[in-house]
Amino acid sequence: MRQIDYSFIAIVLAALLLALGAVVFPLWLLSTIVNIIAKALVVIGVILLMRGGLVSFGQGLYYCIGGYVVGLGGQLLGITDIVLLLVFAAIIGIVSGAVIGLLMSRFREIFFAMFSLAIAMILYGMLSQSQALGSTDGFNVARVTALGIELTAGQASLLIYLVACALAAILSILTHIYYKSEVGFACLAAGENEVRLQYLGATPNRIFYGTYIIAATLAALGGALTAINYGHVGPNMTYWTQSGEFIFIALLGGSGSVMAAFVGSTLFEFVRTYALEFAPDAWQLILGTVLVLIIFFLPDGLWSLIQPARSSARIKRRGKAPS
Amino acid sequence: MMTFLAIVIDGFIYASWLFIIAAGLSLIYGVMRILNMAHGSFYAIGAYTVASLAGWYWSAGLPPYGGIVLMFVIALAVGALVGFVIERGVLRFLMDRDQIVMVLVTFGLLLMFEDIIKLMWGVQSYYAPEPYSLFGSTDVGDLVFVNYDLAMVGVAALVAFLLWFGLNRTRQGKLLRAVIHDRELAITMGINVRRLFVITFSVGAALGTLAGGLVAPAIAVTPGIGIEIIVLAFAVVVTGGLGSIQGALVGSILIGLARAAAVNLYPELELFVIYGVMALVLIFKPRGLFALASTRKI
Amino acid sequence: MHTKTRLRTLSALILASGMMAMAQGAQAQDPLKLGLISFYSGPVSGPVGIPSRNGADLIIEAINNGTLPAPYTAAGIGGRQIETVYVDEAVDPVAEYRNAVLRQGVDAVVGYASSGSCLAVAPVAEELKTLTLFYYCGTVRTFEEGPKEYVFRTMNTQDVENIAAARYVLATRDDVNTISGINQNYGWGQESWRDFSKSLQQLKPEVEIKSELFPKFLAGQYGAEVTALSRNKADLIHSSFWGGDLDALILQAAPRGLFKSQTGLLTTGGTALNTLAKQIPDGTIIGVRGNGGILAPDSDFNDWFRAEYEKKYGEQPTFPAYYMAQSVLALKAAADKAAAESGSSAPDMEQIRAALKGIEYDTPAGKVSLNRHNGHQAATELAYGTFKLVDGKPTLENVIRYQPNCVIAPEGAKSLDWIEAGFPGAQCD
Repeated sequence: MRQIDYSFIAIVLAALLLALGAVVFPLWLLSTIVNIIAKALVVIGVILLMRGGLVSFGQGLYYCIGGYVVGLGGQLLGITDIVLLLVFAAIIGIVSGAVIGLLMSRFREIFFAMFSLAIAMILYGMLSQSQALGSTDGFNVARVTALGIELTAGQASLLIYLVACALAAILSILTHIYYKSEVGFACLAAGENEVRLQYLGATPNRIFYGTYIIAATLAALGGALTAINYGHVGPNMTYWTQSGEFIFIALLGGSGSVMAAFVGSTLFEFVRTYALEFAPDAWQLILGTVLVLIIFFLPDGLWSLIQPARSSARIKRRGKAPS
Repeated sequence: MMTFLAIVIDGFIYASWLFIIAAGLSLIYGVMRILNMAHGSFYAIGAYTVASLAGWYWSAGLPPYGGIVLMFVIALAVGALVGFVIERGVLRFLMDRDQIVMVLVTFGLLLMFEDIIKLMWGVQSYYAPEPYSLFGSTDVGDLVFVNYDLAMVGVAALVAFLLWFGLNRTRQGKLLRAVIHDRELAITMGINVRRLFVITFSVGAALGTLAGGLVAPAIAVTPGIGIEIIVLAFAVVVTGGLGSIQGALVGSILIGLARAAAVNLYPELELFVIYGVMALVLIFKPRGLFALASTRKI
Repeated sequence: MHTKTRLRTLSALILASGMMAMAQGAQAQDPLKLGLISFYSGPVSGPVGIPSRNGADLIIEAINNGTLPAPYTAAGIGGRQIETVYVDEAVDPVAEYRNAVLRQGVDAVVGYASSGSCLAVAPVAEELKTLTLFYYCGTVRTFEEGPKEYVFRTMNTQDVENIAAARYVLATRDDVNTISGINQNYGWGQESWRDFSKSLQQLKPEVEIKSELFPKFLAGQYGAEVTALSRNKADLIHSSFWGGDLDALILQAAPRGLFKSQTGLLTTGGTALNTLAKQIPDGTIIGVRGNGGILAPDSDFNDWFRAEYEKKYGEQPTFPAYYMAQSVLALKAAADKAAAESGSSAPDMEQIRAALKGIEYDTPAGKVSLNRHNGHQAATELAYGTFKLVDGKPTLENVIRYQPNCVIAPEGAKSLDWIEAGFPGAQCD
């Protein structure tokens, strides 16, 4: 009981503090925070799947879809309202997740990972070929509007920031509810032992399917937010190393709580930026070392420092045979 | 007719190169259940060491055929050494963790190696082209094929044979297969699994570096070649079935031929064909072509 | 009374010296922070990123010490020493650009080898009102998609190289009737092939295309492609391959005689000349994306640049070094011009930006003139040559230099439209 309160309070407090921060934070920090939030949203999806024992090396697929939807929405349909764009991206995320998920939910473990990677790379290939979509250079995204009003650059930045904070808060709370719900626990159980769950009457395939769609939607929203924030999209969003980055962050934060995704994303962003600044020739070394150290010493991610993981929330060795 | 021959020859050349990389990856997975992303780094290390050391040898004007021997020796030795160090230094401590955690550790190692390689060799390109034209070329109709590439097919066949022989006809190989099937049971039977792990990882790594070393004379060795190769190797290994050497063989031949066919017949498909083949196989055989039989324990 | 006067004098003196100290401080100005952004990691760093940085560093050091040859004798940019901030383009170009400008406070940026980065960064540069010079990326979309106030490019766009290549082929090889292309499968490769093949077919309509291959960027293995090209013989093979891929292609084609039986046209071949001279057959057409590197015209400035580069880095500069150097020089030239026009010895960034527009200045590769797209886009000379190994040394003969008005679309015209209309208004001799 104590743990639920902690997270709930933390989410609401954090969102409020962040929103207030818009007054004092410098411009570059606002943009960085939106970036952190966008990635964290995708990572939440990754964590949801990880709890069920599925590691997706292809969340970049939906991240990219969300981004391109925003870009194309502006170019082809003239939609630039920020809320409309996000809703549009979410809808496309649900639809594409539902379609691809039909295939994906048949796979488990490494094969799930590899198949998701394959599909993401196929999209990469298609986008790189497409001259109409700017090929590997991608294309720019028009500045967002609000309720039909044109905005200046500064106003747009502020709006994006506040919308991002709100989105983060809403989705975090929804995810938190999911975590503590029947479906959430069923997903965890499915990850532990599918056969037992089937004997109990649940359908693991359906549970995974649903979770997959949720993860896809989250990733699409993250991609949409990134596109809105950066003003540019490109096929790199679906390259496998981007998906690898999301998994890295998931591991960094841990799966103990929704907040973990944000903590992980924040750390990753700052480590990378400062690694880049002080050791531009060795930032990959630093990042890789951090990853290995985390795996060694903080297997449940950073969040386990704040809230030691309960056994049910850990990514641990499942009761299957080592095959 | 020419087209068909071209596709077959190109396909097998590409497949042999893929196989040497994939065999190491599959072996490591089969025995240790580790999907080793750092395999890309082994490939890069192999390429760099051969290009720099053997390259120095050749440009010093020493007998070229001796250089070929040197190439093999360097590549295999470096691979075994690096593999040994990583297994003992890092992987050993994580053996009871989840498979996915192992993948992520090796991903971390891949990142680390990218910069370590850069720190050791710098960012300039390395060339060692002498051996590539050493064996001359063969004319097939009005197409010219380089004998070095054709020799690669021979090397791959040899590697396949040695692996088969090692796994099926030697005592150590039988122990390895026991571990592949059921690690816990093998431990209870008294098999020194720890020692087998070190050996396997070193051999697997050596195969990775060998692939890189063999390809070095035909390319410019630059930073980043490790990352490019990894997805390709995964596609082959997953298509063939993780942990299966014959799967790696069939997978590489399949993908090699598919790619050669695409380039010669439908160049627009070239980017997709590898992932397309993988996806297609997985749809019908979700665990790959020659998946290891696994008992489901409740 | 006496005390009061003394006090007043004292305070006046203190005030005066304080003001003089402040004036001194103002003259010993804070340095000009210059962001130098290119690929310092990954496969592009070797052939492009590091040589670029080397070239730029050389020029910056010379600017700071005042050792640049005439006419750039004054030290510093507008009297300010340059402090470089290196940023790796390989990581998130937009986020790092923002960081560089907002967090690290750079005053100007020189950078970007990848067209994707240029496209993404341009609107941000406009938003943050920071002077940004693109030194290498080739996309025509930067200015064709809309005019810019703060973005400049000191090098030709990629279509120009391929238009010039088409003209060179016609001028030196009237026996070319069929062409094939092998280009990397992304924007750069696709557009290079499109611009080359369309240009050639405009100028010689009977030219036929045999094969169009687009292997994956960084594939590294081109055995099947070489076979496909050999099977479907053409008179000329066009390739805009660069860096490691170019080297691999040359190495893999050599023993199979691909570029011997079919002439190779390597638009960025200049980087492979020193390292792979023995593998390039005589007769191969080589480009340097402009007129830098080996094709830089003789001049004192060029001699100085090559000598200094060799002294500092132990090798001859390849063309990426020239191009980043010439971007930094643009800033220097603009600052000198602004200082001369305004009379102040310390022009601010706004004055420098205004002076940059439409400027013409000296570089080791000759004159660069920003006279396209409202004074923001450079139009420089472009050269191609044919490879010949002379006494074991790589040389280029039959060098033809194309002037901007022959191969660059006139002000206001879009490049693809200009090609498809048959190059109206081109002035070639």
